[in-house]
Amino acid sequence: MAEKQFKVIAETGIHARPATLLVQAASKFDADIHLEHKGKRVNLKSIMGVMSLGVGQGAEIVISAEGSDEAEALAALEDTLRKEGLAE
Amino acid sequence: MSFLHGIAASSGIAIAKAYRLIEPNLAFEKRSIDDASEEIARFQTALSKSKSELEAIRDKARVDLGEDKAAIFEAHLLVLSDPELITPIEDRIKTDKVNAELALKETADMFISMFESMDNEYMKERAADIRDVTKRVLSHLLGVHIVNPSMISEEVIIVAEDLTPSDTAQLNRQFVKGFTTDIGGRTSHSAIMARSMEIPAVVGTKTATEDINNGDLIIVDGLNGQVHINPTPEVVEKYRAENAAFEAQKAEWAKLVHEKTHSADGHHVELAANIGTPKDLEGVINNGGEGVGLYRTEFLYMGRDQLPTEEEQFESYKAVLEGMNGKPVVVRTLDIGGDKELPYLNLPKEMNPFLGFRAIRLCLEEQDMFRTQLRALLRASSYGNLKIMFPMIATLDEFRQGKAILEEEKQKLISEGITVTDIEIGIMVEIPSTAVLADQFAKEVDFFSIGTNDLIQYTMAADRMNERVSYLYQPYNPAILRLVKMVIDAAHKEGKWAGMCGEMAGDELAIPLLLGLGLDEFSMSATSILKARSLIRDLNKSDMEQLANKALQMSNMEEVVTLVKSVTTK
Repeated sequence: MAEKQFKVIAETGIHARPATLLVQAASKFDADIHLEHKGKRVNLKSIMGVMSLGVGQGAEIVISAEGSDEAEALAALEDTLRKEGLAE
Repeated sequence: MSFLHGIAASSGIAIAKAYRLIEPNLAFEKRSIDDASEEIARFQTALSKSKSELEAIRDKARVDLGEDKAAIFEAHLLVLSDPELITPIEDRIKTDKVNAELALKETADMFISMFESMDNEYMKERAADIRDVTKRVLSHLLGVHIVNPSMISEEVIIVAEDLTPSDTAQLNRQFVKGFTTDIGGRTSHSAIMARSMEIPAVVGTKTATEDINNGDLIIVDGLNGQVHINPTPEVVEKYRAENAAFEAQKAEWAKLVHEKTHSADGHHVELAANIGTPKDLEGVINNGGEGVGLYRTEFLYMGRDQLPTEEEQFESYKAVLEGMNGKPVVVRTLDIGGDKELPYLNLPKEMNPFLGFRAIRLCLEEQDMFRTQLRALLRASSYGNLKIMFPMIATLDEFRQGKAILEEEKQKLISEGITVTDIEIGIMVEIPSTAVLADQFAKEVDFFSIGTNDLIQYTMAADRMNERVSYLYQPYNPAILRLVKMVIDAAHKEGKWAGMCGEMAGDELAIPLLLGLGLDEFSMSATSILKARSLIRDLNKSDMEQLANKALQMSNMEEVVTLVKSVTTK
């Protein structure tokens, strides 16, 4: 399993467009991908799951991937987070 | 043929086929099924039909409405692929042997109530997204037609019970020629939208959705507040002629777009526009606005889950100031509370919201919020000709407090090395006490802007939301005219200017009186400007002074109306 911690820097947190981008990115992979925030863990391929977390600015999040393409998945998600200025 | 009466909410005449923007009937019954895999396949078919429909809508929205609006449909598409939604539905069909409609509805409802129970406005709105998507899939399962207003591709008139902001956001301005609705009044959202889209509208017809079928030929007469259903060729011909005359009249007015506004005897007044967002600027410029007389900043705060940041506000203010290219822009600081709620502020419900904790009263209490807005405004000031006014000022002390806070923020910015220009600071005159004491206010404020919608309701003690007392909404009542005169005279005595930004400023019957009373600035819907300019060019200010003096001595509104009509219809 691959996992990594990030800090959300986007002023709007992970809402609306950022959530959409992350879910779209995650859905391209076979691995099971999860997003964890404040002890709650949701499927990162689920838009409703991600939005229900209500991740705001400054939040610590952990993304984990498990499956054949877990490393690529995590790298792609990290790439999305940085490119969109969502997290560091 | 038949016809309906309503309220003329936006002028002009539209003749086109009816497009009913009405919720379809999505009722269904619970059924037990034998073959789960067949039912799942039926569900999958409905899903993929919904997806391709949404993809088409998204693509069209991208072209017509921009990436922003298209993003909503992008999110809807993701909901339809959401494993946390789809898997439980299929499981439910398999294990409980229920029909897909029931499995879908019950599963989606679980998510809807989860989002609705969240203590966050943004999350609550997500419930609406899920509801929207569920409806679309249900419509395919049930084989009923769901309306897709963003896909309209021929000229239509929208027929609806009422139109919400999200409905109107999806409408293509190229094809939507008019509106008619069952409910609403001149200040309802659908009416305001129609005026900003410059299309005719008749609202409050009570039975439009009952009497009009899809595809009926209808005429929306936004000049007289009538809707004709399947009119005879003669009636259509009559309206075509009337429309041609109206268009010719508009073309005549359009010649005045670059002209200044002068009365026949050479007195200049300024005709400005009321706006809500930077997007409204196009209309202001196309209609020859000489400024923005009222920028309602509350739209920046509405339809979201948290306060707008200083940066977001700065960008909006800057856009408006730059867009007006040096012409004056009067920005009203946040006028919220009362009937205009911001759910995320969690203000308690009040018995008399119009008399309650709102506007400047709220801002002086919630100073962080107020200071953020003032800083954004001050920073934007160097991009144009900014003037700031405070709403709902009842006492001189409130004005002094507001001004002191503004001054503090200004000094802070200057010490940070930011350029801040000198800004005129004025007040809205909406409360009778302020109108009566205008001579004292005039010594300290730089200008007045009379907000007649509220001034009339407070003076007449008549709630303007209450239809049963709507007869008391009397802009031409001599009592109102006297208050307006006090404000204008007080301003002029101190060398200040007085404007007006309520409905009254653009009203054909009020304009002659206001010109006579000496009003300096008239701020109105952008689409009323050219008509008002044309009217003022035909009036002599000196005659209007006499007219106003006579009106001030009359005993009721009816006499004033008769007097004005006797002069202007000559």
